[in-house]
Amino acid sequence: MSLKRNILDLRKRKEIVLQGGGEDAIKKQAAMGKLTARERIESILDKGSFHEYDMFVEHQSKDFDMDKKVLHGDGVVIGTGTVYGEPVAIYAQDFTVAGGSLGLMHARKITKIMDHAIKMRMPIIGINDSGGARIQEGVDALAGYGDIFFRNTQASGVIPQLSVILGPCAGGAVYSPALTDFIFVVDNISKMFITGPEVVKTVLGEEVSTEELGGARVHACISGNAHFFATTEQECFEQIKKLLTFIPWNNQRKAKAFPAKSPKAEYNIDKILPADPTQPYDVRDIIKAVADDSDFFEVQENFAQNIVVGFGRIDGETVGFVANQPLVLAGVLDCDSADKAGRFIRFCDAFNIPLVTFEDMPGYLPGVEQEHMGVIRHGAKVLYAYSEATVPKVTVILRKAYGGGYIAMNSRHLKADFMFAWPTAEIAVMGPEGAANIIFRKEIKEAENPEEMRKQKVAEYREKFANPYVAASKGYIDSVIEPSETRMLLKHSIEVSGNKTVMTPAKKHGIPPF
Amino acid sequence: MSEKLEKFILNGVEYKTRLTEKWKNRKKWEEPNPMELVSHIPGTIMKVDVKEGQEVKEGDTLLILQAMKMNNKMTAPFSGKIKRVNVKPGDKLPKGAVMIEMEDNETV
Repeated sequence: MSLKRNILDLRKRKEIVLQGGGEDAIKKQAAMGKLTARERIESILDKGSFHEYDMFVEHQSKDFDMDKKVLHGDGVVIGTGTVYGEPVAIYAQDFTVAGGSLGLMHARKITKIMDHAIKMRMPIIGINDSGGARIQEGVDALAGYGDIFFRNTQASGVIPQLSVILGPCAGGAVYSPALTDFIFVVDNISKMFITGPEVVKTVLGEEVSTEELGGARVHACISGNAHFFATTEQECFEQIKKLLTFIPWNNQRKAKAFPAKSPKAEYNIDKILPADPTQPYDVRDIIKAVADDSDFFEVQENFAQNIVVGFGRIDGETVGFVANQPLVLAGVLDCDSADKAGRFIRFCDAFNIPLVTFEDMPGYLPGVEQEHMGVIRHGAKVLYAYSEATVPKVTVILRKAYGGGYIAMNSRHLKADFMFAWPTAEIAVMGPEGAANIIFRKEIKEAENPEEMRKQKVAEYREKFANPYVAASKGYIDSVIEPSETRMLLKHSIEVSGNKTVMTPAKKHGIPPF
Repeated sequence: MSEKLEKFILNGVEYKTRLTEKWKNRKKWEEPNPMELVSHIPGTIMKVDVKEGQEVKEGDTLLILQAMKMNNKMTAPFSGKIKRVNVKPGDKLPKGAVMIEMEDNETV
């Protein structure tokens, strides 16, 4: 063959592979509102930047007539490209080829691109759209999953790992996304569960739809497995790209700095906090009042809404915000919110993102349900994550900082670098009502008018302790500040923490209360 | 704030806030009744070995609950009398279903 014929032959071979599962399968995919694997990759990456590897990989299984079947690319597309000019590794399961089922070679392609991402210290984006293990390949399919999970764990805390669920992701397959840093789901397209509706019906006799069992909304609102929820694939791709602007490429780097921008005038920090500590407000307004351009990119927006976490910038630098949300369940810490915050804090710490905490919380959520669900060990995650974090840590106490919550929310005692409090802060072992009832139990009981006496004692306690000055007098608070000084001081804190160095005792790894 | 907020009492203080679905749907705790034999796992009743009114000794097999491909022998937690049998072979049960009610000899 001449060179020209060789080239033509190559082109023809590529063309065949690029057809994936063929026209009919692609039509079916489109009818479900889904893009194809390569379309998805091209929608995320910079135009024309994608280079595909392993196009000609084929499966090698022989059982059950598999030797007569050709599965193009073995049902997965892998490669590298750029997002905003920075390199990323990516893979996308191709549902049009044998339902995106995972066999040994399919898994080998994924692990190959994962190894590449780890070696090149760049983020990896995994697009999941697969019916599950390719049953004909038996234990080889399981081996393939295991190889992926192992690499997810190895890569954890080294490179950012993003999982995008754009189709079914069931059974063991769910554990790769679960091991990664961020999961993106799309309404009506994403389905994630360990056991599907059919098994649930057989075992339990419970009829449940796929959507109700493990649809996008379930994972975004109830289970907390998903971090970002979108209504269309395109919106999901925009979220992925936006997230990548806030995070660094690996654990040795800092997130890219952007030109500083002032917050928008509509967020007036002096006008958000109600005077009455029992009245709520949206703590996200406070974050927007200090963040560059009032741009707050919230993570797990719909799950455990009593705590708010997400990314923003102060003077061009990415920070991770953690804030109690008085608008939901009065801003208490509970199992879910502790889990949400703990994980976010650990991501920020692993990837050199300074932490800014806004505190206004009445304590932990009481109740049998919470205690039995393990609010002790879940709550401990917050303490662990803050204590362990060595990135710059700033806390601003807005209003209530009671009891265990005061300690947990990045207190001085967990080695916060900067502790600020607004003059409205109430730092005490518990709220004035509870405290007065205990300390003055006898006086109240024996008073002529117990209710009057109770009110008087509550006011007395509030006057004495429900303020920031007791804590400030002991040096637990560095400065009591005016709300309007907050942004300036956050900026200052981060500026002077650029060379923060912390020595921790040598260890293999800690044992956080998982 | 214009939206209607709900009351939420915590440590004697009444807060105005939003309540989550999860909080509203939480399971209220009930004291377990030691006279009730409850399914500890969802499953299917394979066999029932006792009848109402029958005397049983502690450790006697009362029924077989198949769950996750395992046949679980459910035994009498104490010696007593079978008051009610709420299940029959083939029944599919969720977790926490009362399968058998017993009475101990002292209450008889």
